[in-house]
Amino acid sequence: MGVKAGLVKNGKIATRDAYGQALVELGRENKDLVVLDADLSKSTKTADFAKVFPERFFNMGIAEQNLIGFSAGLAAAGKIPFASTFAVFATGRAFEQIRNSVAYPRLNVKIAATHAGISVGEDGASHQSVEDLSLMRGLPNMTVLVPADAQETYQVIKAAAAYEGPVYIRLGRLAVPVLFDDSYKFTIGKANVLRPGRDVAIIANGLMVGEALKAADILLEQRVEAAVVNCASLKPFDSETIIEVVKETGAVVTSEEHSIIGGLGSAVAETLSENYPVFLERVGIKDTFGESGRPHELLAKYGLTAKDIIKAVARVLIRKHSI
Amino acid sequence: MTTVIEKMACKIRQDIIEMLVQAKSGHPGGSLSAADIMAVLYFSVLRIDPARPDWPDRDRFVLSKGHAAPVLYAALAERGFFPREELLKLRQTGHFLQGHPDMKKVPGVDMSTGSLGQGISAAAGMALAGKIDQKDYRVYCLLGDGEIAEGLVWEAAMAAAHYKLDNLVGILDHNGLQIDGRNEDVLNSAPLKAKWEAFGWNVLEVDGHNTEELLNVFDLAKNLKGKPTMIIAETVKGKGVSFMENAVGWHGVAPSPEEAEIALAELKGGEINGC
Ligand SMILES: Cc1ncc(C[n+]2csc(CCOP(=O)(O)OP(=O)(O)O)c2C)c(N)n1
Ligand SMILES: [Mg+2]
Repeated sequence: MGVKAGLVKNGKIATRDAYGQALVELGRENKDLVVLDADLSKSTKTADFAKVFPERFFNMGIAEQNLIGFSAGLAAAGKIPFASTFAVFATGRAFEQIRNSVAYPRLNVKIAATHAGISVGEDGASHQSVEDLSLMRGLPNMTVLVPADAQETYQVIKAAAAYEGPVYIRLGRLAVPVLFDDSYKFTIGKANVLRPGRDVAIIANGLMVGEALKAADILLEQRVEAAVVNCASLKPFDSETIIEVVKETGAVVTSEEHSIIGGLGSAVAETLSENYPVFLERVGIKDTFGESGRPHELLAKYGLTAKDIIKAVARVLIRKHSI
Repeated sequence: MTTVIEKMACKIRQDIIEMLVQAKSGHPGGSLSAADIMAVLYFSVLRIDPARPDWPDRDRFVLSKGHAAPVLYAALAERGFFPREELLKLRQTGHFLQGHPDMKKVPGVDMSTGSLGQGISAAAGMALAGKIDQKDYRVYCLLGDGEIAEGLVWEAAMAAAHYKLDNLVGILDHNGLQIDGRNEDVLNSAPLKAKWEAFGWNVLEVDGHNTEELLNVFDLAKNLKGKPTMIIAETVKGKGVSFMENAVGWHGVAPSPEEAEIALAELKGGEINGC
């Protein structure tokens, strides 16, 4: 089964909506699944689950540390808790609860955080997490997943539920294009090569995957063959696939709706500089907070569009050819 | 029954001293203050089976004040979860007895703790799981009186009352001291009873070194329905070792071999409170 057609508008749907739908299906399949929220269930879409399974939904109120603490206890007693709130509060307010009560004891808690990145829009910087992946990626035992569209979210949620151990899932508020159909296959620990290419590799995750594909189309018109890799499994990180693709291209552009510090750009840079150094440009949020505005205006202002990827490709190709 | 438990508390106290002198670091004060409570829990109250530490229907115990790990390890060893000799390797590289409780390494430890405030939140989550599964196991959680300054304690307190977790019992080790001094000087937490009651808990008060009273109060707590219960146990930090009693400096330093010898002689000699 895939994403319900009714939820898709103009080919777009937010990953949080797919999350809500996947939770309900999982709830039917597995009675050990429980869902917790911190007074944001309408926004995070856990309300979809609460409606169908009120006896397995627990609102913890505006208390994110306790949201994680309770989830840890539930997991220790055999439940599969999905805990949701905005990414800023999940990873920021409750960071040390995640560290010491979930990651360290390797408990089976799924933290599905919505409203990640600056595409939150009008709520502004206080609500736009640009550092959540950096925080989660640094934690031993933590699996970190960043789906690109509704179809992938759906599979990510199912994979997370089936996996035994802590998982952080990064979801968005903004409706984004559906990129994949039922034939797409997400696997924890695997990067997906969406299109091959010899000249440059664009490695992206989250909503930047759609932009990367757009950029690759435009680049092809300029006779630049760009490979596009979706790295939804930020951790475990699929170094093998990345290196394989990069060996072909000799140049890389990373692209993420997150700070260039600590997220995908960092992960790629770390892997390549240790194993196969090539020219690299990072598209992402340049060590700054966001601001209020319309999501698409902000994405443009902060350099997170296909156009910005193309500019980065141009820069990296000049460097590649100047040696 | 009470004399058996009292003897056990005395052994646990000796274990604590022996462990700490070997480890050369650790927390004697808050371990000793909880020895009687732990002896009562592990030798009477808790429904546990050392042969099956993962038994799904067992009662759970969470040491929210995780720095008192020695008292938990001693109780577990004396109860047969692992050999007593292991205690002497506390805090050593490669050994399973970590400085703070690790549920993945130590049989019988139900939750990893050490960061104050988090244990009670996880304990409440376990109690909620028990309710969802309609199991009759109970969850016990020991807190420090300095620890309750953590906001998370009160988040957990509110939620436990909201979800009517009457299978959750907190024990507050009210020894009056924390690292920087007396509770009322560092950060006043009084009035304790009124606070927990206001948060929707039953509150029972007890002498935390009186075995018979402790047995009674745990029994009483089993029959209180509809709300979680907090047992405020009046204790003496460092209890049982004359020079550690009520001495703020004995929170987090191990005794020297000479000091340990005196402490063990006191404990074995039973000069203080029949121990
Ligand atoms: C979140 C957190 N902050 C600080 C510490 C360091 N610390 C360890 S014990 C302690 C004092 C605890 O006092 P109390 O709760 O009264 O414990 P007891 O007197 O029973 O030993 C502190 C501050 C910690 N372990 N966790
Ligand atoms: Mg104290």
